[in-house]
Amino acid sequence: MTLFLEQGLNGLQYGLMLFLLAAGLTIVFGVMDLINLAHGSLYMVGAFVAAWLVPITGSFWLALPGAVIVTALVAVVLELGLLRSLYARDHLSQVLATFALILVLNDAMKMVFGSDLPLSAPEALAGPVALPLGLQYPAWRLLIIAVGLLLALLLYLLVEKTRVGALVRAGASNRRMSSAMGVNVPRLFTAVFAFGAALCAVAGCLLGPLLAVQVGMGENILIPAFMVVVIGGVGSIRGALLGALLVGVVDTLGRTLLQRGLHIWLPPQWSSAAGPALASVAMYLLMAGILLWRPQGLWPVRGR
Amino acid sequence: MRGRALLAGAAWAAALALPWVLRAAGADFYLSLASRILVYAIAATSLNLLLGYAGMVSLGHAAFFGLGSYASAVLLSEGQQSLALHLLVTLAVTGLAALAIGAVSLRTRGVYFIMITLAFAQMLFYLANSMKGWGGDEGLRLRSRVLLPFGADLPDGMVLYYTALAVLAACLAGLALFARSRAGLAVRALRDDELRAEALGLPTFRWKLCIFVMAGLVAGVAGALGANLQGYVSPNNLHWTQSGTLLVMVILGGAGSLWGGVAGALALLLLEEVLAAYTGYWSFWTGWVLLAVVLFAPRGLAGLVRRRE
Amino acid sequence: MGDVRWKVVAAGLFGLAAAGLAQAADRVKVGFVSTLSGPNAALGVDIRDGFNLAVKLHGGKLGGLPAEVLVADDQFKPDTGRQLFERYVKRDKVDFMTGVVFSNIMLAALPEAVDNNVLYISPNAAPSSMAGKDCNPLFFAASWPNDAYHEAAGAFANQRSLKNVFLLAPNYQAGKDSLAGFKRTFKGDIAGEVYSQLGQLDYAAELAQIRAARPQAVYVFLPGGMGINFIKQFVGSGLSKDTMLLLPGFSADQDIISAIGAPMAGLFNTAHWSPDMDNAANRKFVAEFQKEYKRLPTLYASQGYDTALLIDAAVRDVKGRLEDRQAVRNALRAARFESVRGAFKFNTNQYPIQDYYVRTIGSDGKGGLVNKSFSEPILRNHGDAYVQQCKMAK
Repeated sequence: MTLFLEQGLNGLQYGLMLFLLAAGLTIVFGVMDLINLAHGSLYMVGAFVAAWLVPITGSFWLALPGAVIVTALVAVVLELGLLRSLYARDHLSQVLATFALILVLNDAMKMVFGSDLPLSAPEALAGPVALPLGLQYPAWRLLIIAVGLLLALLLYLLVEKTRVGALVRAGASNRRMSSAMGVNVPRLFTAVFAFGAALCAVAGCLLGPLLAVQVGMGENILIPAFMVVVIGGVGSIRGALLGALLVGVVDTLGRTLLQRGLHIWLPPQWSSAAGPALASVAMYLLMAGILLWRPQGLWPVRGR
Repeated sequence: MRGRALLAGAAWAAALALPWVLRAAGADFYLSLASRILVYAIAATSLNLLLGYAGMVSLGHAAFFGLGSYASAVLLSEGQQSLALHLLVTLAVTGLAALAIGAVSLRTRGVYFIMITLAFAQMLFYLANSMKGWGGDEGLRLRSRVLLPFGADLPDGMVLYYTALAVLAACLAGLALFARSRAGLAVRALRDDELRAEALGLPTFRWKLCIFVMAGLVAGVAGALGANLQGYVSPNNLHWTQSGTLLVMVILGGAGSLWGGVAGALALLLLEEVLAAYTGYWSFWTGWVLLAVVLFAPRGLAGLVRRRE
Repeated sequence: MGDVRWKVVAAGLFGLAAAGLAQAADRVKVGFVSTLSGPNAALGVDIRDGFNLAVKLHGGKLGGLPAEVLVADDQFKPDTGRQLFERYVKRDKVDFMTGVVFSNIMLAALPEAVDNNVLYISPNAAPSSMAGKDCNPLFFAASWPNDAYHEAAGAFANQRSLKNVFLLAPNYQAGKDSLAGFKRTFKGDIAGEVYSQLGQLDYAAELAQIRAARPQAVYVFLPGGMGINFIKQFVGSGLSKDTMLLLPGFSADQDIISAIGAPMAGLFNTAHWSPDMDNAANRKFVAEFQKEYKRLPTLYASQGYDTALLIDAAVRDVKGRLEDRQAVRNALRAARFESVRGAFKFNTNQYPIQDYYVRTIGSDGKGGLVNKSFSEPILRNHGDAYVQQCKMAK
């Protein structure tokens, strides 16, 4: 029973992190119609800057906002300097340009910081905490869940209830019309892009102590983040949250309960081979299945 | 027109003479780089058919390249060296895979199509990793090569080079003919406006599936050639980064241009070769070059030579 | 098929030797191909730095001949590695090839060397296949057989009278082989055996399974970044309080320690070398390496250094007659050099027979952490389990 609970929390934690990464991706995609492969690189920049700031500021809680601000500034520079000229171009040019950006940013990180940097959670949160029902769970993962839920709620309110959110939604469903209605589209785009990068940086800071802060970390999360976007439906924040939680839970269960279930149903030599192989592709099978059922994702934005 | 024909003629002449020039210069080792460029040029040309001519952006093309390389490698590891058998099995395996993957993926469009093709290629990548009998993750080393008729042998670098060159020439000729044919027109109409093509009564799904399978078959042949060139296959041949590399080659060279795949493969591989010799930060400079191409040569490298149509 | 080829190669070697073609060379050329860019560059850089340090300390010579070391980056791509091998062998006519970190790249590139009668001395990758059925007269492993660290870990678990151990590795060939190595020596029960995905970053699900299984110890084979992440999360989950974490040496080496920091303190790991080993060669190596590169050497650096020493000894023994490959091979097999790991000799399959130690991570007295080796080896004069499958003529 506790194993079930713990795996549930693990799925939730993974899903919420994926949501932070996918939220910016899906908004940028939905509003500007830009395929940004370098989205993962911004997550890497956030983690590296945090790891660099911790020894300087002496505190993780000072480094986090610092990293978020620096990453957002990097994003603004990128948007003004390069990405802005790509909005009018076809998706293929965007793919090539943002792929090139991955190459440049990876090596730039290496030139500035080296190929990896140590980043640890604050002492107080490094250990486990006792939860009800005799469950022990890492404090840092609990914090990630809390921050993830909080940001998801904030984002929902921002998009659904504020004027800026209305502009973003309008931009996502019909860009030309909203621009004709007098929305300052270029400024909105820069803000949206910086905001997406800031969310990436938060994810980078939170995951950094759990994972390794190293060059190339961005590509590892790029594929799952894109999967979440297409499962949820491009441009849809609600869809991204649902998709992220689905991927998080399916991936976690695939790695544990699925393998146990196979042990019950199949002879051992089959289950020990099929279990891990199935676990690796569980995410992909989920996405392929959903897209067959709903080719536009679960929650497509109307009017596109 | 004449200028372009001259240029193409010069390129073919150079490609034909290259092995002899290298031999005379005592630079034989560059022959395998040239062969590798040809293999990638074939694979990129097949993706160009899919992407530039039919407008299907696939991020799973490595699936067919990798399957072709594995088909040939597995046959060789089982001691089969006959050319006919290799061709038959490579085409059967990649064709069936492309048929299945295409039939499912083509229900989706745009970025959804990109992601679903990627998913299928990744599934095959994990499958190859778990095939313990055929090397698993360590890959499979080949101790023999395909035997060609007339006693020519693929381990001979020259033979492999000219075989790859012939295949590439056939692909380009086929693509050029296709582009001028009625079928080519139909497919381009599809690319430009699917709804209208549908309204005009084109069986769009069937057309697209045909093209998808065709591209898969050619990529499979490229993969099989690659396996015989490298003497080694590994699951990396199926990984999404390989699909990404092919995609970058096509866009860099010029999607929808006849020579796009060739130009992209040549440029990217030569760029890496030269830069890696001088600096550990080769990908940094490669990135800047690619950015420059996007910003200053929007139709790709082949577009620089081509007149506006 | 393979056998026939060896006979041809061997016959060719003898023919060359008998013809007395062997002239003393005026210099020795080494082709060094390794992963020097990308996320995995640190390992290749360490091997290169160790190798270059040895050449430098010998006054730029190997075996008394001026050494020319050609270095190139395989970019972590098997086909790039293969091409570089081909170039060094055919264009530059090198006498030795060395350098590769990863076994998949090495296996792809190796035929370019051995099919053209060039010796390959491996500073790291030493897969089981090359120790057994695919063994090759021109291939030498100067590091340690693939399974050795895991066999040593199994032996250590026995020594500590551990009754049940939980095993974790990525779901791929090397992962399965490594756990098989552990089980080869371990006599207790396996509390669970879980295969994660290759390149997996988050081990929450696996850690929950470990918690449910309540083993006395956990042994993981997770190379590179996977290991860094697992150790961090293992400590964060609180499992480290009552479960021993046992690691192969490369997952607890200086590069990993500097990436993780404090949580590494007190962990046990198995290796064939440690920076505190008390022999003259090693004292000199560690001191000079720190002086030259301002950091502590890793296992990889020690392997690179030893590889250069091994080549140095062989070139010296054949008095520079490098064309006589058979003589060079015999000299390499004799391995008359002072290894930084202490006693070292080659098995009949040209894989090392050596001692393996348990190391524990403790304070270096300057606020940092460093590996310290137990003085008694856990495995003495240990070879590998595949040597019987190797049919190699002397």
